[in-house]
Amino acid sequence: MISYTNFIYLALLPPLLAPIFIFIFKNNQNLRDSVGLIGSLISFYATINITNDIMNGGSPTLYLFNIFSDLSLSFKVTPLGAVFGLLCSGLWILAAIYSIGYMRGNNEKNQTRFYIFYSLSIFGALCVAWSSNLLVLFIFYEFLTFATYPLVVHKETEESIKASRLYLGILVGSSLMLFLPAIIWVWYSVGTLNFVDGGILNNTFNPAYAPILLFLFVFGIGKAALMPLHWWLPAAMVAPTPVSALLHAVAVVKAGVFSILMVICYIFGPEFMNTSGSGKFLIWASTITLFLSSVIAIRKNDIKARLAYSTVSQLSYIILGGAIATNYSLIASVSNIMMHGVGKITLFFCAGAIYVSTKITKITDLNGIGHKMPLTFIAFSIGALSIIGIPPLGGSWSKFYLLLGAAQSELTIIIIILAISTLLNTYYLLDPVFRAFFMDKNESVKSVKHPLTVYPALCSAFLVILLFFYIDPLLQLVNLIIY
Amino acid sequence: MIHGILGIWNYWIVIILMMTGLFIVISRHNLVKKMVGLTIFQTSVFLFYISLGKVQGGTAPILTGYKDSLYSNPLPHVLILTAIVVGVATTALGLALILRIKSEYGTIEENEIAKLNTEENSK
Amino acid sequence: MIDLIAIENHLPALQVVIPLLLAPFAILVSLPFLSWLVALFGSLFCLYSSVSLFFHVSEFGKINYFMGGWLPPYGIEYVIDDASSFMIVLISLMGVFATIFAYQSLKKEINKKSQSKVYGMWLLALGGLLGLVTTGDAFNLFVFLEISSLSSVTLVALGSKNDKRALTAAFNYLLIGAVGATFYVIGVGLLYSVTGTLNIADLTIKISELTGNNSVKAGISFIIIGLMVKAAIFPLHIWLPSAYTFAPSAVAVLLTATATKAALYVLARILFTLLFNADDFTVIILQWVLLPASIVAIFFGTIRAIFEKDIKKLLAFSSLSQIGYITIGLTLGTASGIMASFIHIANHSMMKAALFMGIGAISIQLNKSINVDDLKGLSKSMPVTSISLTVVILSLLGIPLTIGFISKVYLLKAVFSHGNWPILFIIVLTSFLALGYAWQMIENIWMKQPGDTTLTIKDDPKIYIPLVVLAVFNIIFGIYAYPIVNSAFNASAAIFWKAL
Repeated sequence: MISYTNFIYLALLPPLLAPIFIFIFKNNQNLRDSVGLIGSLISFYATINITNDIMNGGSPTLYLFNIFSDLSLSFKVTPLGAVFGLLCSGLWILAAIYSIGYMRGNNEKNQTRFYIFYSLSIFGALCVAWSSNLLVLFIFYEFLTFATYPLVVHKETEESIKASRLYLGILVGSSLMLFLPAIIWVWYSVGTLNFVDGGILNNTFNPAYAPILLFLFVFGIGKAALMPLHWWLPAAMVAPTPVSALLHAVAVVKAGVFSILMVICYIFGPEFMNTSGSGKFLIWASTITLFLSSVIAIRKNDIKARLAYSTVSQLSYIILGGAIATNYSLIASVSNIMMHGVGKITLFFCAGAIYVSTKITKITDLNGIGHKMPLTFIAFSIGALSIIGIPPLGGSWSKFYLLLGAAQSELTIIIIILAISTLLNTYYLLDPVFRAFFMDKNESVKSVKHPLTVYPALCSAFLVILLFFYIDPLLQLVNLIIY
Repeated sequence: MIHGILGIWNYWIVIILMMTGLFIVISRHNLVKKMVGLTIFQTSVFLFYISLGKVQGGTAPILTGYKDSLYSNPLPHVLILTAIVVGVATTALGLALILRIKSEYGTIEENEIAKLNTEENSK
Repeated sequence: MIDLIAIENHLPALQVVIPLLLAPFAILVSLPFLSWLVALFGSLFCLYSSVSLFFHVSEFGKINYFMGGWLPPYGIEYVIDDASSFMIVLISLMGVFATIFAYQSLKKEINKKSQSKVYGMWLLALGGLLGLVTTGDAFNLFVFLEISSLSSVTLVALGSKNDKRALTAAFNYLLIGAVGATFYVIGVGLLYSVTGTLNIADLTIKISELTGNNSVKAGISFIIIGLMVKAAIFPLHIWLPSAYTFAPSAVAVLLTATATKAALYVLARILFTLLFNADDFTVIILQWVLLPASIVAIFFGTIRAIFEKDIKKLLAFSSLSQIGYITIGLTLGTASGIMASFIHIANHSMMKAALFMGIGAISIQLNKSINVDDLKGLSKSMPVTSISLTVVILSLLGIPLTIGFISKVYLLKAVFSHGNWPILFIIVLTSFLALGYAWQMIENIWMKQPGDTTLTIKDDPKIYIPLVVLAVFNIIFGIYAYPIVNSAFNASAAIFWKAL
């Protein structure tokens, strides 16, 4: 019987050590590419065990050493962290298979570097998920930024260098200028940074300053892409598609909203959120973001850019749920982390598959493609429908609970905006599907089959359906957060 | 009043020398003149210390056997011996540098050197 | 038979005397390699003695060593407490790194005939700096100040083989340094005239009885100004950029890691032991002199660095702004502020020394001063140097998992507990602006295609070993920060609580 502490090692070490093996095997393509896959399988196995323990009421911890006198470098799996960890390591398996197909199909250069930083990013994301205090979270939040930087700049063209400069500038800038001061503010006024059930600010922090502190947190966590800090996300689209899938579904943006939820659940605490009234501005900030980004998404013709704005919008759903901070809305947020993650990675896998086989990047060029790549587009429509929130697909749960939460707090205007935004979602996500299946064919397009890029998309689409029926374990985990 | 000011005339001389020296360091373009200014500046400080230790009517602090002999405070004088050595070293190093500058640049005028340096920068 | 225990007892003096005594030997052996060995031996001895003093002090408390057995306030006293032992460990450790790096780089960068003489100056500088931080006598401090600065002027001037501008840089350094040192002597003289003592501990007591005395105020002002020159605090920094730029790489490493840091330490010591008792005059100096100076230094240094193309100069301007962070910690006037300053003194030494080593390793091979554009494609030709440089640049930016982050956390925490919001804003803003100069280096190293010249150079283990070790230090102490943080805490306590 392996103890749960060792499972944390078992989950964290594969993505940390994989780069070494990738570097050793850099001259043997097959061996090198399988390292990531093996690592992801081990990591996923460990994560499932950890999650099991959480559901049985345990809380696995791993203490390494003290960074300073009173802050330790240690990991503690919270129910929320378990959800995020499950998402990261689970989708890493699919992404690992997919990136093999994509990188080979596209003959990308610097593949060794790509795989090294890919797995380091997963390591960063898992550490963020299981961090035991805000400082550790911040450390790996930044680690994640710098580990993904080489992936964004992968093509090394002028354009990608410029885009990655924006990426880095916004993410590092916001975290250094707002997030870090906020953390130190908490540290100074409370004396601890540990994540504690029910928050640590209650009774120790002046409620009058709480909105300012929350403001520093939510805008400091630039990865959550709250407007006006969302620019980096469309800019990061210059990266290869496996990276976009990783950024948008698994690691980076989810790390952002996850951090915000951690701050709301374990630093502020839902109770303090409501008594101090600090969530009010956030409700509006996220509502505006989710509405505006839906509008922008309609106007984008580039598939990845449209998906990027769709992500910005979906992230704000999650933040909105956190800002309302009632039971139902928190369930909505946490489940949307999972649902949107799986749904969006499906869409990106499809976008990448389309690019690898036909080199198409514009939505208007998709006309009639559906008959050449039926599987890809079936997966795409499932992912799209789930994100819109149509049953029986996973995404419908989170939409349902979010509306319930908003209704519970009597936020009528928010409900109306959510409804309009859903309409917009429907339009911009189903538009490509409609074009692909029902518009006239463009005969000049040639497609080459790359099965390794299609099957992961189908798998994740299947997962989307599965998550609708097997929502119970997830709800059980979420209930642990809200107790 | 006047007696008060003139009574500490040694300090006035120190201050005048100090300001003269500092002014030369700042205003002259010739490097050797700058060194001269620096030396005057340092000398003023030597004088300051020495006059500090002087006791009116005191003699050199040598044991003479008389119990109530009045003598000056020897400590500042000793300190200044050290400071003089430091000052000499500084001057020597400065002059050596000026020699090297002269052979490299062909001039010891600060503004001409600056002009040559900007040419070097733009190269 | 030499009594070993007796030698142990005299370590506070020996760690200063040995390098000074070895200096003429280094010159006399007149074979570059042998001279270097002498210098290496000297610096290793300093490291040994400072580390053993450090542990002795942290275990048994501070050591007061009386030079020649003369008791203070008449004799010269050496004080090794938590603060000065922190500094001697730092200085001698960086001295060892710089010395190891020096052999290969000086062999290429200075004239043949001065190659053995340089190590004499090297040891003098090292001994002077160690004396500077340990002495407890105000006038003795002046002597060490001059020993270290005259020898570093000589070292800077040796850069004239590659670039004649090193001579003017050295001359300016000498001139400004000499004026600064003379200011310091004037200040000491004024204090002596009213207190009749030169021992710093004794001065502190006597000054506290002279509240509001104008001679004291004038004297302290002169001392502070003199030390600000040596510590290169804006606007008295003008010697620093060109001195760092045109000095041989190894000398720049030594100066940046030790010389300005020692002066900063002395400034902190004077501010908080001498000055703290002299009523609200302290507040005036901290709030209205040092604070504006450090804020301007941070902005000025950062912005000049952003627009600078010559990397050594860029690093020099960056040093200027980093010195500003150190002095901001001091201006808070709290124990946690001083602690943040000490942490940053140590951390900045480690990162800047490594940066100068890395740039030096490139410039030795290209045989010219390095522009930002010369870094293009460096990752292909010098992978080890590139990785180490990248780590250190990230550390300079204060990215987590590096020591730069530790400094930033503690500085911000100190500012928070002081409650000074504008300063907080300035710190976070400028640390973001630092991306402007640091990131262009990383982009050039990793993302750009190499030029013709960059392809011809390659990694040289003889040069990069100290660099790699320092880069590893940057990470290790960034993750396991306890040793630095704890000893900085003790150091700040030694300075601050004694002041109260």
